Amino acid sequence: MSDARVAVRKTYKLFIGGKFPRSESGRSYIAQDANVALASRKDVRDAVVAARAAVKGWSGATAYNRGQILYRVAEMLEGRRDQFIGLGLPTAEVDEAIDRWVWYAGWSDKISQVYGGANPVAGPYFNLSSPEPTGVVGLVTPPSFLGLVSVIAPAIVTGNTVVALAAHDAPLAAVTLAEVLATSDLPGGVVNILTGDPAETAPWLAAHMDVNAIDLAGVTDQTLATSLEEAAAGNLKRVIRPSASTPSWSDDPGLTRMTAFLETKTVWHPKGI
Amino acid sequence: MFEYAPAPESRAVVDIKPSYGLFVDGAFVDPADGAYFKTINPASEEVLSEVAEAGPADVDRAVAAARKAYDKVWSRMPGRDRAKYLYRIARIIQERGRELAVLESLDNGKPIRESRDVDIPLVAAHFFYYAGWADKLAHAGFGPAPRPLGVAAQVIPWNFPLLMLAWKIAPALAAGNTVVLKPAETTPLTALLFAEICQQADLPPGVVNIVTGAGETGRALVEHAGVDKIAFTGSTDVGKAIARSVAGSRKKVTLELGGKAANVVFEDAPIDQAVEGIVNGIFFNQGHVCCAGSRLLVQESVYEPVLASLKRRMARLRVGDPLDKNTDIGAINSAAQLERIRTLSDIGGEEGAERWSPPCELPENGFWFAPTIFTGVTQAHRIAREEIFGPVLSVLTFRTPAEAVEKANNTPYGLSAGVWTDKGSRILWMADRLRAGVVWANTFNKFDPTSPFGGYKESGYGREGGRHGLEAYLDV
Repeated sequence: MSDARVAVRKTYKLFIGGKFPRSESGRSYIAQDANVALASRKDVRDAVVAARAAVKGWSGATAYNRGQILYRVAEMLEGRRDQFIGLGLPTAEVDEAIDRWVWYAGWSDKISQVYGGANPVAGPYFNLSSPEPTGVVGLVTPPSFLGLVSVIAPAIVTGNTVVALAAHDAPLAAVTLAEVLATSDLPGGVVNILTGDPAETAPWLAAHMDVNAIDLAGVTDQTLATSLEEAAAGNLKRVIRPSASTPSWSDDPGLTRMTAFLETKTVWHPKGI
Repeated sequence: MFEYAPAPESRAVVDIKPSYGLFVDGAFVDPADGAYFKTINPASEEVLSEVAEAGPADVDRAVAAARKAYDKVWSRMPGRDRAKYLYRIARIIQERGRELAVLESLDNGKPIRESRDVDIPLVAAHFFYYAGWADKLAHAGFGPAPRPLGVAAQVIPWNFPLLMLAWKIAPALAAGNTVVLKPAETTPLTALLFAEICQQADLPPGVVNIVTGAGETGRALVEHAGVDKIAFTGSTDVGKAIARSVAGSRKKVTLELGGKAANVVFEDAPIDQAVEGIVNGIFFNQGHVCCAGSRLLVQESVYEPVLASLKRRMARLRVGDPLDKNTDIGAINSAAQLERIRTLSDIGGEEGAERWSPPCELPENGFWFAPTIFTGVTQAHRIAREEIFGPVLSVLTFRTPAEAVEKANNTPYGLSAGVWTDKGSRILWMADRLRAGVVWANTFNKFDPTSPFGGYKESGYGREGGRHGLEAYLDV
């Protein structure tokens, strides 16, 4: 008999409504040498229900509070840095991903000032435009871990909730990120993560009538991207198309991934005595 | 009711040509296949003029002209010079304001009081506002050197013909794009007069192209491979078709679509002011307004006095000759639209709502619909869910602010909303919760070039007006 300790392996499950269920379909597949849950259409729907239920609390939280929680995600990720490196991710990428959470955390209470403001209308009226979250956002995420963080963080920092489809061949970092999110005071349902085959699940997400927007960052098949965009038109989802060239997630992210999922509300009121 | 003597605005100020070609590359040209259609005055059914119907070949030609003007002239011109052209256009619009107002009322049917005091002044203001952005793009917050998109395909509706043209063309040109614009088939005349104004301003040929026609022309334009940007204002169904048709392309899209706005009146609202706001909300421009306050939500405790006052006020609305300066409600824009309003109103009655209109004499010729309210409307009624786009108001009630929010948001649309209350904190509480792009508190149907306008949900995406409106025409 060997003295070597038998390791406790991890079961990689879905992340829905703050819990870690297996796929309701009972299916799994092998990716990165592990059994991973193969999400179904029903899992997509359950995740959308969870995301919708979380909208009121998360969009109603103060920007300060959301910023604190995103910063907490960075703290938790920093503590688990080695775990992500152990998944085979380059150290530099893990560090950039941590820093990206910090960057977006700071945007929570600044985006309204940059992207909204008072409008000098020609009349005796108070007039103010402010950005508000769109609602539930579907994310087809890229295989890169930094890419995954770079599509989740901008969607949620402004108060949206998300259903993220992890890349088929690189799901382990996504599930491990879910463990980080679950311990960061992020309310359940704000981020839901489904592993499996996005080619199977994304069409249900794109056609779902209770999803308000979709980011197709991780779609590389042009035919699939086109059909997802067509399905998204059914309820006029806001769509971020896949980038025309291979995206470099290390670049300055800019504001567009936040502003694409914001609605501008303009409030008028007469001035008088 | 007072007797008013007729006070017609003179139509001598406009000179309508018997026929108009397409405005392509700076000149009026005949359509390739020689097809023309008639545009009529909806208040009399008199034919005003014949207008070219652009086919695919004409659209090709217009897009090619816009592309050439973009590549060779407009995208290379310093912003300060683009600004000066836009300022010129704004000034000419002011100088020819009365002519434009009369022509708009003739072709559209809207009261001259509105075209003269609302539409045309806002058109000029819009060009002035965006003219000033043309040489300040680097300071607009979209990076140090934001680029235009290229050729913009723009399709606009018939409810505010020239104003919608201004909302489309002014920001597009300021940002350095060139445009091909299709006005609605029932209201092409002010767009064609605008083409003459472009000539008068010596705007370089091809920067603005106007192609007239109906839905097929619009489809050929938005689906044209040579356009980089689509801006559409119109129905949600067509908006969805456009969103589908651009799938897989790199075309950038903004859509300003339908609405079914809630106008929420609380018990502490000043009732006389609220009733003015309700009337303005639904009867302005015959209710042909995507952001019209077509669902009145009244707190139960003040339902009776609000309804009594509203009916009194409605009995004093003057329906008739759009060119009469005393007219409050003009003609319905087309026979087809009148049919739609009639159909949905009949359904309202059949589904059990109670219909009321003031006694109202309607002219014999033309398309008319008396101001109408439905009471006893439930959220399931089609007149509470579908956009009627006419002078028809559905009245519902609520007890608590939370119920008001729930009912107001119970619609796939999200363009606008109104709130009437004297309590400041309640206004802000409501404004936070209403899922709509514009919230008018203790006012309604106010517009300004500096103020972003556009919808949530199925009312479309993108904003027109303000700095946001500029973003829609820049590569950001």
